[in-house]
Amino acid sequence: MCLGVPGRVIQADGLVATVDFWGVCREIRLDIVDQPVEAGDYILNHVGFAIRKIPSEEVEETLALYEELLRAAENDMMAADVRDELRASAARQAREGSDA
Amino acid sequence: MPELDILSQSAELKFRDQAQALALSEKLELLFREIGREITEMHVCGSHEQAIARYGLRSVLPKSLDLIMGPGCPVCVTDLPEVDEAVVLAQDGCIIATYGDMVRVPGTAKSLAEAQAEGGRIEIIYSAMQAVDLARRSDAEVVFFASGFETTAVATAAIVLQGDLPKNFSILSAHKYVPPAMEIVAQIPQTRIEGFLAAGHAATITGWGIFEKQVERYGIPIVVGGFEPLDILAALVRLTELIRNGEQVVENMYPRCVTKEGNRVAQEQLWRVFGTASGRWRGIADIPDGNLRLRDEFAHIDARRKFEIDLTRLRENVPSALAQQCVCGAIMSGLATPADCTLFGKECVPENPVGACMVSSEGTCKIWHQYGGHPDL
Repeated sequence: MCLGVPGRVIQADGLVATVDFWGVCREIRLDIVDQPVEAGDYILNHVGFAIRKIPSEEVEETLALYEELLRAAENDMMAADVRDELRASAARQAREGSDA
Repeated sequence: MPELDILSQSAELKFRDQAQALALSEKLELLFREIGREITEMHVCGSHEQAIARYGLRSVLPKSLDLIMGPGCPVCVTDLPEVDEAVVLAQDGCIIATYGDMVRVPGTAKSLAEAQAEGGRIEIIYSAMQAVDLARRSDAEVVFFASGFETTAVATAAIVLQGDLPKNFSILSAHKYVPPAMEIVAQIPQTRIEGFLAAGHAATITGWGIFEKQVERYGIPIVVGGFEPLDILAALVRLTELIRNGEQVVENMYPRCVTKEGNRVAQEQLWRVFGTASGRWRGIADIPDGNLRLRDEFAHIDARRKFEIDLTRLRENVPSALAQQCVCGAIMSGLATPADCTLFGKECVPENPVGACMVSSEGTCKIWHQYGGHPDL
């Protein structure tokens, strides 16, 4: 549960960012990340909050680790924890729908 | 200086590098041959245990290194009365919103899953915001039964500070703060812990500097490590070197993620919302300052102050005979492994857990049940 999951910022708007996790776009809060975040940056999402900005030189390795994890079997515990992190935020569209 | 070699490697460890894994494991073997006795090292993170078990790391560790998991599972250390509070609130008609693993953790009388079977409304959420959204969409009282260590508590703090919370929303905090628990476990005489591997992502928030006082006080070196198999091996090599040299210091072997100061923005929010309180960690001990509780300023959203939670109605219930044989507490204190438990894998399995460590994906028992704990190679 404390592994988090990395994603690419599509758009940052105040305290909310739209973040792409392997093609799935989610809304992630920026309240507790300690560096400015902008489109193109990678962040680590934990329970719907960006807890850190991933330095650009580490992005590739970080993604490789998670991709290996996500290829694991459905019942693999580490993979399941990562998938849970993806459920931690409303899909961008669903959120806009409920606000309307 | 071999030490420096290891330090410089930590900045650029490559994933799945067999040669490097072998080199680290050989180095560890040499260190232990030099030291010539058994050493117990403890880590305190469910994700570390997952990685150690998943990649079978114990099979490449020296026989005289006993690498054990301490109180690294926030769900597992949630005490029975904390679960009872949530159960009573559910019985009283509140909707309980909580992270998945909390639902099946046994309380004194029952788990939230059992309360749900009896008509209680329990909602699994993956983020604190979802609990708030649930309250917005509902007329009922929604109680966010919040669990997790520092890393997760900062998210709870953020939703509190963001304000504009619906009136029917409150928080039942079971958040825990790890550093004091490491101190308590370090003092248990039978554990003989000579070094700690501290969790990388918790330290991302708190910074590694937070461990300096602890090292001064107890003289046990601490190395912060990441979650890749190579990160873990490199951290263990460094920790063992510190033990051999008698160096009582904190070292950061995860500089990719962790700084000395940590994430100050998150820390500031965490401590504005939460204060520490002493309380029991399930099966382990009373941990001074080990619980995170909402400060007075936020009493209006503190479920413990908003509701009268009467636990007396659960008091007649005695834990089952099976539960009394559970050794989760000893496992989390580093005094036993799942292999020492007569229930493990028999009466106690993930589908039908007796103890909290078999419930959570961060619990030692569930991790060992899935991956095996100590491969015989």
